[in-house]
Amino acid sequence: MKILVCISHVPDTTSKINFTESDTVFDTNGVQFVINPNDEFGLTRAIWFQQKQQAEVTVITVGDASCEPTLRKCLAIGANKAFRIDLNPTDGFQVAQQLSVHCKEENYDLIIAGRESIDYNGAMVPGMLSAMLNCNFVTNCMSLEVEGETAKASREIDGGIETISCQLPLVIGAQKGLVEEKDLIIPNMRGIMQARQKSLTVLPPVDGQAKSAITKFEKPAPKGAVKLVEPDQIDQLIDLLHKEAKVI
Amino acid sequence: MGILIYTETENGKFKKSAYELASYGRAIADQLGVELIAVSFNHRDNSSLGTYGVDRVIQFNDPSLENFTTQQYAANLAAVAEAHQTKLIVLSSSANAKYLAPQLAVLTSAGYASNVVGLPQSLDPLTVKRSCFTNKAFNTCTLDNDINIIGLSNNSYGSFENQKEIVVEESTAIVNNISFEVEKVEKASGTVSIADADVVVSGGRGLKGPENWHLIEGLATTLGAATACSKPVSDMGWRPHSEHVGQTGKPVASNLYIAIGVSGAIQHLAGINSSKVKVVINNDPEAPFFKAADYGVVGDAFEVVPELIEKLKAFKNS
Repeated sequence: MKILVCISHVPDTTSKINFTESDTVFDTNGVQFVINPNDEFGLTRAIWFQQKQQAEVTVITVGDASCEPTLRKCLAIGANKAFRIDLNPTDGFQVAQQLSVHCKEENYDLIIAGRESIDYNGAMVPGMLSAMLNCNFVTNCMSLEVEGETAKASREIDGGIETISCQLPLVIGAQKGLVEEKDLIIPNMRGIMQARQKSLTVLPPVDGQAKSAITKFEKPAPKGAVKLVEPDQIDQLIDLLHKEAKVI
Repeated sequence: MGILIYTETENGKFKKSAYELASYGRAIADQLGVELIAVSFNHRDNSSLGTYGVDRVIQFNDPSLENFTTQQYAANLAAVAEAHQTKLIVLSSSANAKYLAPQLAVLTSAGYASNVVGLPQSLDPLTVKRSCFTNKAFNTCTLDNDINIIGLSNNSYGSFENQKEIVVEESTAIVNNISFEVEKVEKASGTVSIADADVVVSGGRGLKGPENWHLIEGLATTLGAATACSKPVSDMGWRPHSEHVGQTGKPVASNLYIAIGVSGAIQHLAGINSSKVKVVINNDPEAPFFKAADYGVVGDAFEVVPELIEKLKAFKNS
């Protein structure tokens, strides 16, 4: 089985979010970048297939050279090889378009991406990629088993879970629950040393246009101070929620 | 030329988001002077959509549409979009709509913006504001395409009655031959999902253990609320992953969010930022949640919550 895991290089979840150049560019100053958490759940499941079912795991990102440490980390976690498509993308459509050209050449059986990145939260790439490749798609994926050409997957829906059986090739939108938090792999020294020898190929981008462009960022308006209610004055809280906030 | 919305149903009724989409679509249709067209699948009574401003409903009734699959649903929505030369499609932010939207975008060669809040700032070119960085920021985004899709954030616009004479049209479904089967759909009955809830009650490590969750459940039942939890609580297995709210869990956009024994890590606060009113109950006055909340009680959850439940019951009965 040939697996591709699509990686997004994103600010750590604890990052303070700021913008520069008149609020048109994300300020990377002092920001630590990590593997997008949803992608990491997917990568961890891919490594499980590598260990149990002899799958070959390739990782790929669409981004400039600053993303390479994140790809090296994926290799240290256990991916066999990496590709970087050398383009600073404008939107999720453009990422999917670049990935689709690579996928058509490589014929992967299983393509895993996070259901969304935690920076732009577009939730576009895996769904668009599946449509471009005309193959099956399961997002919000909570479990995944593959036997021969058939995959069994579950998808989190609003208020429940759906169980799916489908044929490969398949695109997955990974999320929390696909693997347990404790099963996430922290690279050891051997993994880090091996990662330096593994192949990381830079591919030129193909022609293609984005379909959307960000023109400005803003932060939520600062909020007022909390109104405190004494623990023995719970009636007052109910009164505030009813009369002032009008939510009950 | 009309504006297209996909109105979702559940248990034989339109979801709240369907009426929100209708209201939102109506406002844009009026600006452009075009028709508002709704698409419904395997649902026969579509008249209530007229109350919220829909001009035309195109209904599909076919066994292939019994279970939601993006393949069948997107193909039929794309066919309607093409037949009506739609320039704008509006979808909700439900799990199914977010599953479908990117595939529909490729099928119709549309641009797509998810998590949109508020009406477009401009319709030509389409310019929208959307949340990003998991609610820590917003971006303005321009989509200069012949067709575009807006994914509207749930509970960000509201529903407004605007009675229209509704035309109902039955259409024949396109049925694709797919190698994809939904084997089972399991839904908790009698509880509200976090995505659809007006009120969410959430518990953190301050509750000390899963055996104390009757407090969260009791308060949620009293308020007709969904239950949620913080990341450590789901990581320790006290509660299922589906209840984890925050940056790597679910976003919450309810009218009221009550956090009990949740300290308020930055990742948790990001996830709940779209909720309108936030209440925190915590015995630590230094908990970061107090900086993000509208109302707070510094006190012991084991005393405050039972009293809150009793007083809310009395309030509801009065």
